[in-house]
Amino acid sequence: MSEDIIAALRENVIQGRKSLEDEGIDEDLTGTPGVVELTQSALDSNIPPAAIISDGLTAGMKIVGEKFASKEYFIPDMLASAEAVGAAMDILKPLLEASNVETKGKFAIATVKGDIHDIGKNIVAILLKGAGYEVYDLGIDVPTEKILDFVRDEKPDYLGLSALLTTTMVVMGEIVGALKEGGLRDTVKILIGGAAVSEEYAKEIGADAYCIDGFDAVRVLEGYE
Amino acid sequence: MVREGILIDTPYERMTKEQVKLIHDASIEILSDPGLLCYNERAADILHSNGAEVAAVTPSDLPCWHIKIPEKLVTDAIESSPKTVKLGARNPDNTLIMKGDEPRVYFVSGSETNIWLDVDFPTYVKKSDPSTEVILPEFRPRRGTVADLCQSAHVCEHLDTLDAYIRTVNIQDRDITEDNKDVNKFFASLNNNTKHFMTGLTNLKQLDNVVHMAELIVGGKEQLKENPIISFITCLVKSPLQFVDDTTDTFMDVCQRGLPIVVSSSPQAGSTAPIKETGIMAQINAEVLAGITLGQLVNRGTPVIYGSVPVRARMDTLGDSYGSIETSQYNIDCAQMARFYNIPNYSTSGVCDTKTPGQQASIERLFSDIVVTMAGPQYLHCAYGLLDCNSVFCLLQAVLDDAHFQMIKFFLRKPRIDQEEVATILKQMREVVATPQKLYIRYIRPVMRSGEISPPYPFEGEGEGDNVFYLAYERMNELLAKPVEHIHPATAARIFDEVPGILPRLNVYDERRQ
Repeated sequence: MSEDIIAALRENVIQGRKSLEDEGIDEDLTGTPGVVELTQSALDSNIPPAAIISDGLTAGMKIVGEKFASKEYFIPDMLASAEAVGAAMDILKPLLEASNVETKGKFAIATVKGDIHDIGKNIVAILLKGAGYEVYDLGIDVPTEKILDFVRDEKPDYLGLSALLTTTMVVMGEIVGALKEGGLRDTVKILIGGAAVSEEYAKEIGADAYCIDGFDAVRVLEGYE
Repeated sequence: MVREGILIDTPYERMTKEQVKLIHDASIEILSDPGLLCYNERAADILHSNGAEVAAVTPSDLPCWHIKIPEKLVTDAIESSPKTVKLGARNPDNTLIMKGDEPRVYFVSGSETNIWLDVDFPTYVKKSDPSTEVILPEFRPRRGTVADLCQSAHVCEHLDTLDAYIRTVNIQDRDITEDNKDVNKFFASLNNNTKHFMTGLTNLKQLDNVVHMAELIVGGKEQLKENPIISFITCLVKSPLQFVDDTTDTFMDVCQRGLPIVVSSSPQAGSTAPIKETGIMAQINAEVLAGITLGQLVNRGTPVIYGSVPVRARMDTLGDSYGSIETSQYNIDCAQMARFYNIPNYSTSGVCDTKTPGQQASIERLFSDIVVTMAGPQYLHCAYGLLDCNSVFCLLQAVLDDAHFQMIKFFLRKPRIDQEEVATILKQMREVVATPQKLYIRYIRPVMRSGEISPPYPFEGEGEGDNVFYLAYERMNELLAKPVEHIHPATAARIFDEVPGILPRLNVYDERRQ
């Protein structure tokens, strides 16, 4: 029974089905339980959250990643699966906290002050959440002060900064400077991304990494583990 | 089952109804004044006995008659011409149904070129940095052979967008003569391709042989009438306004047999037709109507196709300029004229001026392919692989063209906007707006899997380099490696027994063949 639920969970991650309303890739799946319903079933069957994550969610995402690498899957498939895993993590989060199981880490993400572009940021947030990180999306056009407050108060492990424009990318440097001044720079790894920035720019402003896209962000974070 | 082609909902038309009528009236006037010259006595007799004014031209180097065709003959011929023409195929699923009033476009290869362009990919080393190598295409022209024709028919069988096959290359092997050319080009094409096959005839004496070959393939005379797997194209009218002796003979003999035939005219604006659009249109229309009239007088109700290969002259050489913008305009106008008569149209696009594949070839071809397709000609000779006007055929280019037509077919699909779609989209919007990310990405997936999203360009390389030619070359070789559905061995054996002149090396079932 437990194995059946975990297998179904894994399969629905591969299908990218968050809930029973979703279509998935194969036909005739609509109306059958998706990742959210199966996660709840797993908990109801007393399957430990750690097993749900490792044998169901993570195992499914591993196959999704392989399908993406072989070009069988495209980014919308990857995001659908990540979104489904993210929804499952929302259900599991209180239980993990209660049982002192650590997540992969806290990741705060924001589009910097003066910039309202958030497609890339949102995709990165979905992918990271699907990869098991605790994601805090601070939004768009976020004042530097708000970011500093969050780093000070919530102590995220990682800070992701996004900017599309050459006029707003400079704010990233200001944020790094402000974190240094506030004595917070060494408490958090800073990752930057967006059309305007580059590897060189990350080095120039003292960020820890430049990520070309969400998948790159997952790779970079895995390197820190 | 028949091939779908692409149905153009609202065909692009350049002329108003009044302008179409003006061209028609001008053509009718041309057919009586100045009329046509006819170098074929049989045609002159038929036209004369049906009411045309015919007078011998003297003095003349060749027997020649001045013909004035009255309007009544022309309108009767338009009326008796079939409004639907069926082009059969070895594989019945490849049948084409062409209706004069339905702008359903079929894409077709062609036409006969003397030069076959081979391609190879040598590696070049940068002089200033020998560690840097680059692979570039190298094109080598040579005379076409019957083996090339087999190869071309084979690849064209597997080009998804290609609906029918016009032979692409003139066979010029040493053992090919005027007497055996037709049977070999028919057999090479039919044995390597199951789509409809259209071609011109080199020697009228071979007409019975090629028709017999087709009858053997489909099972008899009546079966060939029901499933005409072959059809013919003739330029019986040489511009300006002259019935040519030999092709007019061929035309009349094909009409007598009731097989589908294209009445084609290829005037060149500037030399053999007036440079102005009104002039070339009035003339080509008169020339095609003259051919259709003769065909209907020979055999009332015989299936004729309004054929147009108009072209503008180059100003630097007075050669053909198929890549010129005006050439596309003329072909669009011809599609409109044919539709005015409710007769299926054979039109032309994609023939380019440049000699090798490359940027100019792509620009010229894609431009005319898109705009002429939008005009809704039923049978679009869109010149897969043709270069240097009508002189060169390159298999690699044909593969590239197939990708163009995939794009064109996708572009011309009908929009789906209806109440159900609107309701679905509104539901999506409400759902997305309520999410933190506000992205529609999750709704892409079912659409992506249903084929409603256009695929990426198939020859896009990795990284920044342009590897289009090499990737297309790989695709070409993949297609060549695919099996071919040859004519059944028993039928092939009968063809070799009963149709004289086919080269033994074309018998794929004979292990001793060279």
